[in-house]
Amino acid sequence: MAKLEELRYRSAYFLWVGVFFIGVFALIALLYGATAKIDYVWHWFDVPKYIVNQERIEITAGMGGEVAAIEGEGKDAVVIVKDGDDSESYPMAEAEEIWVSKGDFITPGKILGVYHKWQPGILLQGMWLTLKVSMYAIVFGILIGMLGGIARISKNPALKWSAICYVELIRGSPLLVQIFIWYFVLATLFNRLLMVYGFSEIDALYYGVAALACFTGAYVTEIVRAGIQSIHRGQTEAARSLGMTGPQAMYYIILPQAMRRILPPLAGQFISLIKDSSLLGMIAIRELTKATREAITISLSPYEFWFVCAILYLILTFTLSMAVQYMERKMAIQ
Amino acid sequence: MIEVTDIHKTFFVPHKVKALVGVSTKVAAGEVVVVIGPSGSGKSTFLRCLNHLEAADSGHILIDGIDILDRKTNINKVRAEVGMVFQSFNLFPHKTVLENVTLAQKVVRKRGKSEAHDKAMGLLQKVGIQDKANAYPDNLSGGQQQRVAIARALAMDPKVMLFDEPTSALDPEMIGEVLDVMKALAREGMTMVVVTHEMGFAREVADRVIFMDEGAIVEVGTPEHFFQNPTHDRTKLFLSQIL
Ligand SMILES: Nc1ncnc2c1ncn2[C@@H]1O[C@H](COP(=O)(O)OP(=O)(O)O)[C@@H](O)[C@H]1O
Ligand SMILES: [Mg+2]
Repeated sequence: MAKLEELRYRSAYFLWVGVFFIGVFALIALLYGATAKIDYVWHWFDVPKYIVNQERIEITAGMGGEVAAIEGEGKDAVVIVKDGDDSESYPMAEAEEIWVSKGDFITPGKILGVYHKWQPGILLQGMWLTLKVSMYAIVFGILIGMLGGIARISKNPALKWSAICYVELIRGSPLLVQIFIWYFVLATLFNRLLMVYGFSEIDALYYGVAALACFTGAYVTEIVRAGIQSIHRGQTEAARSLGMTGPQAMYYIILPQAMRRILPPLAGQFISLIKDSSLLGMIAIRELTKATREAITISLSPYEFWFVCAILYLILTFTLSMAVQYMERKMAIQ
Repeated sequence: MIEVTDIHKTFFVPHKVKALVGVSTKVAAGEVVVVIGPSGSGKSTFLRCLNHLEAADSGHILIDGIDILDRKTNINKVRAEVGMVFQSFNLFPHKTVLENVTLAQKVVRKRGKSEAHDKAMGLLQKVGIQDKANAYPDNLSGGQQQRVAIARALAMDPKVMLFDEPTSALDPEMIGEVLDVMKALAREGMTMVVVTHEMGFAREVADRVIFMDEGAIVEVGTPEHFFQNPTHDRTKLFLSQIL
C-alpha cells in the first residue's frame, strides 16, 4: 500500500520534471520560430572570435642581403642575414615555419617566418574590465561601508548624521544619474583643477569606479549597521567590563561576529554591483555591455551577442556567489 | 574599596522609570555583600553603575578612591580592576574558552602570549574546566560557561568582583558548581558584590546582606539578621516568597 503511494508520488515527480524541460524547450523553440518568421539568420559561429581570436604576427627582416646561415633547430632557430660586413640575427623561436633558406637574397621587409598568437577578443576584454571595475568598487565599497556603518551607530551627531545623509542621498537617486554626476560634473571639475595645477587628468574609469563604490558603500553601510546591531548588547558590555576601549571591543568582539551575519547580504549586494557596472558603458567605459554593443555593430548579430553577454555576466555573478558560499562554510566551521 | 553616596538613576526610554533613588553604601576590602530584592527593584542598575556600564545621574561612586563619575577619570582603567559576571554569561562565542580568558589580558593588560596563557590555564584549572580550554563556548553547559566567565573576569586580577544573578539562568543541577567557585573566591578574601537569591550562599559567605526595593536600600544586616528577625514588612514579604 505504502509502496504504491510512493510509486505514485515518484512518477508524479518525474512527470513534473518532464514538464519543466518541455517548457524550457518550448520557449526556445518559440523564440527560434519567431526569428525564423522574420528571416533572422543566426550566426553563432561568429561569436567565438569576439571572445578569443588568433592574431597573425610576421617576423620580418630589417635589412636586405644574403641569408648567411640558419643556426639551431625548432625553438632555437636563428636566421642570420649578412650584407658585406653588416650582419643581423633574427631569433625564430615562435615561428611555425621558416620561409627562407640559406643562400637566399632578401630585401628589407622580407617575411622570415609567421606565427599566430591567441589574444582576448573584445568581449573578453570587456568582461575583464567589468571584473576589474567591480573588484575595485567592492574593495572601496567595503571600506566606505565599514566606516559608514560604524559612523551610523555612533553617538556623535556629526558622524551619525553624515552617515544618514549619505545613505539616504545615495539610495534616493538612480545610479545612472549618480554616474553622470561623477562623470559630467565632478570629473570635469576635478580634471580642470588638476590641469590648472599642472597635473595630468584622471581617466574616466576611476570616476566610474568612484560612482560604483559610493553607491555600493551606502548599501554596505546599512548592511554593516544591521550586522553590528544584531550582536547582543551583552557582548559589548562584557568586553567593556574587562576594560577594553570602545574601538577595541568593536574590533575584537563585535565586528568578527557581525561579519558572519553581514556576509550573505553583502554577497547579494556585490552581485548587484557587477550587474550595475553595465551602466558605466554610458560614460564610454568599455565594460562588457559596451563591448557587446560594439561587437554587434561590427558583426550585425544582435540576438546572439546579447545572449552571450548575459551568459558572461552569469559566469561572473555565479563565480562570486560560489566563492562567498565557500567563505561562509569556512567561517561556520570555526 | 567601594563608596557609593546618594546615587540616582532614571531611565527615560521606553518610559520614565526611576531605577535608583538615592542609594548609599560602603563595601570594605575583602567584604562579601549580597544584594537581594524583587525583580525591577534596581539591583542590576546599582551593580552596573559600579563599573559605569550605566552612568549614574547624580551622586558619587568611589572605587578604590577613584571617583568614576568624574569626567577626567579613565573609566577603562577602573573597569580593568572591577570584574563583572553576567546572568547570561556573555562569553565571546567566536573565541575558544582559552581565548576568552586570554584576550583582555593581552589587549588591556598588555601581557605577553605565554604569560596570558599560563595565567588563563591556571584559572581554568581553578574553576575546573582546563580540559575544555580549546572548546567553543556554545559546546559547554551553562554551568561551565559561567565558570569560564568567572575565570575571564579573574584573569584581569580585579580588586572587586561584581556578580549579577550568576546562577539565575542555570539549570538547578548546575547552580552548585558555580556557587562553589564563588565561595572559594570569597574565602580567598576577594571583595564581592553579589546580586542573588541563593540564600544558602548568603548565609555561608556573606558579611552583609542588602535588601533593595523600588530603587532604594530598605534594609541592611547580617545574613542571620535577615533569617531571624527582618524588621521591615516589605523585607518579610519578600523573604517569605523566596525562602
Ligand atoms: N537600559 C534600561 N532602559 C530602560 N529601563 C531600564 C533599563 N535598565 C533597567 N531599566 C528599568 O529600571 C528598573 C530597574 O531594573 P533593574 O535594575 O534591572 O532591576 P533588577 O535587576 O532588580 O530586576 C526596571 O523597572 C527596569 O525596567
Ligand atoms: Mg537584574
